[in-house]
Amino acid sequence: MGQSFTQKILARGAGKSSVEISEIVDVTPDVVMSHDNTAAISATFKRIGVNKLDDPKRHVIVLDHCVPAASEKYAQNHKTIREFVAEQGIENFYDVQRGICHQVLPEEGHVRPGALIVGSDSHTTTYGALGAFAAGIGRSEAAAIMAIGKIWLRVPETMQVRVEGSFPMHVGAKDFILKLIGDLGSDGGLYQAVEFVGPGIDSMSVDDRLTICNMTAEMGAKNGYMLADDKALAWLAARGVTEFDPVFSDPDTVYARVLTYDVSDLSPQVAAPHTVDNVHAVADVAGTPIQQALLGTCTNGRLGDLQRAAALLKGKKLHPAVRMLVFPASVEVYRDAMRDGTLMTLSEAGAVIMNAGCGPCLGAHEGILAPGETCISTANRNFRGRMGSREAEVYLGSPETVAASALTGQITDPRKI
Amino acid sequence: MAIRGKVWKYGDDVNTDVIFPGKYTYTITDRKEIAAHALEDLDPRFAKEVQPGDIVVAGRNFGCGSSREQAATCLKEAGVAAVVAGSFARIFFRNAINEGLPLVECPEAVAAIEAGQTIEVDFEGGKLAVGGKTYRFPGLPESVMGIVREGGLIPYVRKQIAERDR
Repeated sequence: MGQSFTQKILARGAGKSSVEISEIVDVTPDVVMSHDNTAAISATFKRIGVNKLDDPKRHVIVLDHCVPAASEKYAQNHKTIREFVAEQGIENFYDVQRGICHQVLPEEGHVRPGALIVGSDSHTTTYGALGAFAAGIGRSEAAAIMAIGKIWLRVPETMQVRVEGSFPMHVGAKDFILKLIGDLGSDGGLYQAVEFVGPGIDSMSVDDRLTICNMTAEMGAKNGYMLADDKALAWLAARGVTEFDPVFSDPDTVYARVLTYDVSDLSPQVAAPHTVDNVHAVADVAGTPIQQALLGTCTNGRLGDLQRAAALLKGKKLHPAVRMLVFPASVEVYRDAMRDGTLMTLSEAGAVIMNAGCGPCLGAHEGILAPGETCISTANRNFRGRMGSREAEVYLGSPETVAASALTGQITDPRKI
Repeated sequence: MAIRGKVWKYGDDVNTDVIFPGKYTYTITDRKEIAAHALEDLDPRFAKEVQPGDIVVAGRNFGCGSSREQAATCLKEAGVAAVVAGSFARIFFRNAINEGLPLVECPEAVAAIEAGQTIEVDFEGGKLAVGGKTYRFPGLPESVMGIVREGGLIPYVRKQIAERDR
């Protein structure tokens, strides 16, 4: 029986020729990512009693969740991290100006096809879009890897999702992945590796593939990925990443489940309060008044996302009752969007151009919601209380749905603009 | 390893934002303070009234959402002896094991258990007893159970290092 993509990468990481589904293996990851939680992780590392990191080059640290520091506590948190980075000689450190970890790692060449990547963040799944195994782990485990360079992982089954057709106008990757999560449920992919294939995927940009893999965390998946194709390799080559050992599922891989989606008839989708799988066609919730619109985050803060939103807002003004906040996913995206006029278009429409960071997505700072307020957001979670008040409501949608809604002051199908 | 405790019962998809809100995740680091916010956005009574030895019972996909380890820490530090659920989100599962918090996956038992009941769990035997009935569940894999028995990943790793360096 064939070995899947995930089995092959975990076997390689464990120093074995093959692994069985459900087997627990100890692997040596190629890359371990952590962010603002690195202070807590370093404290745990020190409690283990080892003085030096097993391999400083393995670790990539990005400050992004509360940047720049919103309070003295956050500031001290960052200071502790900088001191630890200096003490341990960690070269792969990105401070508050660089951007969100799930965009910075691919941009900085830390994601390679065939790599085994773990990160102390649930949306680590994002990197699978470039043909890597990428899964979220906890803080203590990141500390354990700092000390001994290994961690246990259970070998998952693989679900294959085949995407066919091409998106209609104003419908895109975020609408597709919301539809999938709505159909499967928030645990519909629990513990699975999710392999995305098909002509619909082939024609998508790398940015859109990153969006899809980012969201696989919201269906309980262990990892989500696309097999590295010419488009992915070109994206990587442009960043100087040319040395890697890509992995592909054996042709006789047995998939736990195979689903096929034709996106030619897909309509814009939203996740309504208060769960990511509470997915509806935008038409079903259209007319709901909003006070805040969030464009950005690790899910949809890339150049293509900002451009699509800007296209709908060009020459227009936002609804006076709406605050629109724009968070580019990285400083590179920010500068590209400055140069090509995207940020100017958004700003002239009335959007607030914010820094490259996680912003209010997890309720830390930069746009928290009051009781009774409704926000439509391109982020990946809308749990009760996540962006501020427990009495606020968050809808998740595509960049175009967010822009269209910011224009009218109510949740709006972007095809109607 | 066997325990007996009083049940706190919740539904499906209890996510980590309601177990331990994101707004605290970088600012609260003391374990006792973390425990004081346990289940804050789900059940305001819990943190005040939970007793050491109590057992949390919930439906499917317990601990979904953010990977924050405090979701497991807050329960462990509050004295919760185990979590019984229909199924667990994978990162919460890892964090609980690494905190030394034992987990039981048994949807049949969950359907039968009510809040306030006293239940007994025999981890090695894979048996859960409640209301005069016994339910079987698949035990945790041995390597993972080993981490729980050591009290969590950090004591386990310290032991591995000590053995390696001997």
